[in-house]
Amino acid sequence: MTFQEIAAIFIVLAPGVAATISGLGQRVLGDKGAMAVTTAIVVSAAVLAGYQFFVHAFIAQWEPQTIVLSRWFDVDTFIADWAIRIDALSVTMMFVVTSVSALVHIYSIGYMAEDPHRARFFAYLSLFTFAMLMLVTADNFIQLFFGWEGVGLASYLLIGFWYRKPSANDAAIKAFVVNRVGDFGFALGIMALVFMVQPVDGVDYAQFGITEFSSIRFDTVFAVIANNAPVQVIGQAVAMPIQDVTFDFLGVQVWGLEIAGILLFIGAMGKSAQFFLHTWLPDAMEGPTPVSALIHAATMVTAGVFLVCRASPLYAVADVASDMVTVVGAVTCLFAATVGLAQNDIKRVVAYSTCSQLGYMFFAAGVGAYGAAMFHLFTHAFFKALLFLGAGSVIHGMHHEQDMRFMGGVRQPMMLTWAMMLIGTLALIGFGIPGTDFGFAGFFSKDAIIESAYASTDTFGPFAFWCSITAALLTSFYSWRLMFMTFEGKYRPNPHAHHDDHGHADDHGHGHAAPKVGQAPAHESPWVMLTPLVLLAIGAVFAGVAFKPQFLTKNADAFWQGAIVREADPLYGPNGIHPYGPAKDAHGAGKEHAAPAEAVHAAPEAAHGAAAADGSAHAEEHHELPQWVVWAPFVVTVTGFLGAVIFYLLAPSVPRRMAANGGPMHSFLSHKWYFDEIYRFVFVKGAAALGDLFWKVGDKKLIDGLGPDGVTGVAKAGAGGLSKLHTGYIFHYALVVLLSAVIFVAFVLFSQGR
Amino acid sequence: MAGLELTLGHYLAVSAALFTIGVFGIFVNRKNIIVILMSIELILLSVNINLVAFSVFNGTIMGQVFAMLVLTVAAAEAAVGLAILVVYFRNRGEIAVEDVNVLRG
Repeated sequence: MTFQEIAAIFIVLAPGVAATISGLGQRVLGDKGAMAVTTAIVVSAAVLAGYQFFVHAFIAQWEPQTIVLSRWFDVDTFIADWAIRIDALSVTMMFVVTSVSALVHIYSIGYMAEDPHRARFFAYLSLFTFAMLMLVTADNFIQLFFGWEGVGLASYLLIGFWYRKPSANDAAIKAFVVNRVGDFGFALGIMALVFMVQPVDGVDYAQFGITEFSSIRFDTVFAVIANNAPVQVIGQAVAMPIQDVTFDFLGVQVWGLEIAGILLFIGAMGKSAQFFLHTWLPDAMEGPTPVSALIHAATMVTAGVFLVCRASPLYAVADVASDMVTVVGAVTCLFAATVGLAQNDIKRVVAYSTCSQLGYMFFAAGVGAYGAAMFHLFTHAFFKALLFLGAGSVIHGMHHEQDMRFMGGVRQPMMLTWAMMLIGTLALIGFGIPGTDFGFAGFFSKDAIIESAYASTDTFGPFAFWCSITAALLTSFYSWRLMFMTFEGKYRPNPHAHHDDHGHADDHGHGHAAPKVGQAPAHESPWVMLTPLVLLAIGAVFAGVAFKPQFLTKNADAFWQGAIVREADPLYGPNGIHPYGPAKDAHGAGKEHAAPAEAVHAAPEAAHGAAAADGSAHAEEHHELPQWVVWAPFVVTVTGFLGAVIFYLLAPSVPRRMAANGGPMHSFLSHKWYFDEIYRFVFVKGAAALGDLFWKVGDKKLIDGLGPDGVTGVAKAGAGGLSKLHTGYIFHYALVVLLSAVIFVAFVLFSQGR
Repeated sequence: MAGLELTLGHYLAVSAALFTIGVFGIFVNRKNIIVILMSIELILLSVNINLVAFSVFNGTIMGQVFAMLVLTVAAAEAAVGLAILVVYFRNRGEIAVEDVNVLRG
């Protein structure tokens, strides 16, 4: 085994071991021991993953390979392994997951310092890391699903970590249930693939590079799809190329790959909190803030994006499914941004921002810019984790005040947190000067996505473009609103201050002097919390400029090595092929003009068929990306900033009056488009009534009534009646004996007489 | 009185009468448990009369042997029954049949 293989195995399995040790041995280890074990292991995994990633990105690309740990399923063609698949996608994800996880572990040492159940918390964190790594390194859909459910479980446990809080329990259940809706689609999608990808007798699949045919393994499934290989659909008499497969679904004849893509995307919608299935994400903020940063910003919620990118060979040929991805992503990015305007809880603002950014990633994947989607996933992990941890630092410093209306003036006491939050905000809004390489991380990835949407020839490309531009304006506005309301102005104490509720508020021992008038009674967080902020801030500043060549432009071919399909990418195709040619601006993608169309077809691993044809068609009509498109994100970002300055610095009374008057627009937004209310009315009420019926009538009356309760009831009544016969008087017993004897004798005599 | 001859029927009638008295003594009596014991003795005696009468009537000795056996058993039974009664009286302080209903359900 090479060093790389050992490292990969360690990265994936070690957090699981850490979770087991600290989870089961917390009584032996104690809080300190559990924290030390999990943090040390996850940090070392992060160091190895970082080494792997940086070597892959900058020095020598790893050959894509799969390490098989053991066989899991082996039933006919349903073959799945426990495996670690190493390619650009999983190396990137491993780095993101372990590094953010390691920083969150460290941060939590400070943030959770007063919690009595730290060992449990750290065990959950490590469990999550393990499940997420299993997810991203899967080489088949079953292991992916295992990780998928594992992170769902960890998310449930961590949202409900403070289980004495009813709201936390509710939020945990909500997250779990909403995710079940998505997972149902996901499971059906996997089944649809298994249903379709069945070998035809007599066809040599080795010509497609398939050595062992497995209906569930990525290699097989995607090779079959990309090569349009013949398959034998279960229950259909004739074998046919997979892209022609139709089958009966819910009584309708549907295209097999489209329906599989749509179903898989429904799973991704649930996990990544996309429109209609997003309602759990804001509520998940009931969990501790480090959890929000790790799970609900940087890693788990991006699993859906990862899935779509992993399944890019499928989406490259499934146009309807891709269009659905585009539309849902675009709608989500706009919707979440509007809701973010009217939220007052600092964590909820960031949560909706996450939701919105995930929308960006999805429509990027939808228009075929998988590289840009992964790039934004990568940069977003840093600056969103930074924002969450920064918000956590503020909350910690403000004695668990989360409402921005009762903050203000926090900058003075929390200078460093403020600086880090500022960097995070600049990265989130994508600040940078178009045409140069000056910009924060979000600038590179977000602009790449917006421009990809513009360049896309998909039906919904323009829709996504305008959604994203509007969302960029709103993102800038609400981000600065958060900054100004929290850090600037005068401290606005909470009129319903409840400091006494917090028994620990007095044990802080930070002993700051009584705050001056107008200054928040905050204190800067300890270094163990600030260090991760600083490290993440470095990522938020440099992740964009440093990795753009790898993810998108110059070195992208060598970096991805076929891990994602890039032929249909509207802007950053392989070999610098893209419809807009080598732009003069800094976003210039390729270094050379469009390669001949034949090169695309000759490219190994290429997604053939429609995708490649599109790519070559683009290549022939390349033209410049208009300057106004390049500058549009910058302009709207600055506009949003100026708007926030006016509303929250110069005339803070205006928005307050608007909120107080509560116009229809404001209440529409602050109620999150009434989604919770509608769902409550449509689904929850019906489900509750149905459950009530089943419980009270079905279970209590029918099953219990006729079953156990009925039997015991009859026995009890019968025994009661019979026991009444026992008077206890001897002469009664004697009478019974005599009568019995008489009857018996009479019976014998009569029967003999006959 | 000529013509009056003791037949088997007379003996059986006496025996049946004794048996009935014994049975009713058990059921109808609600006061004294000693009366119950005596009633049982009566039932046994009626059986004895039956046995002896049939023995003489049939000219076999077997019935009389059984009668002796029943007498012995009855004596033993009376002794045991009375002993139980004595112990019972010691524990409960009374032997009224109506109050002996510990087994009531």
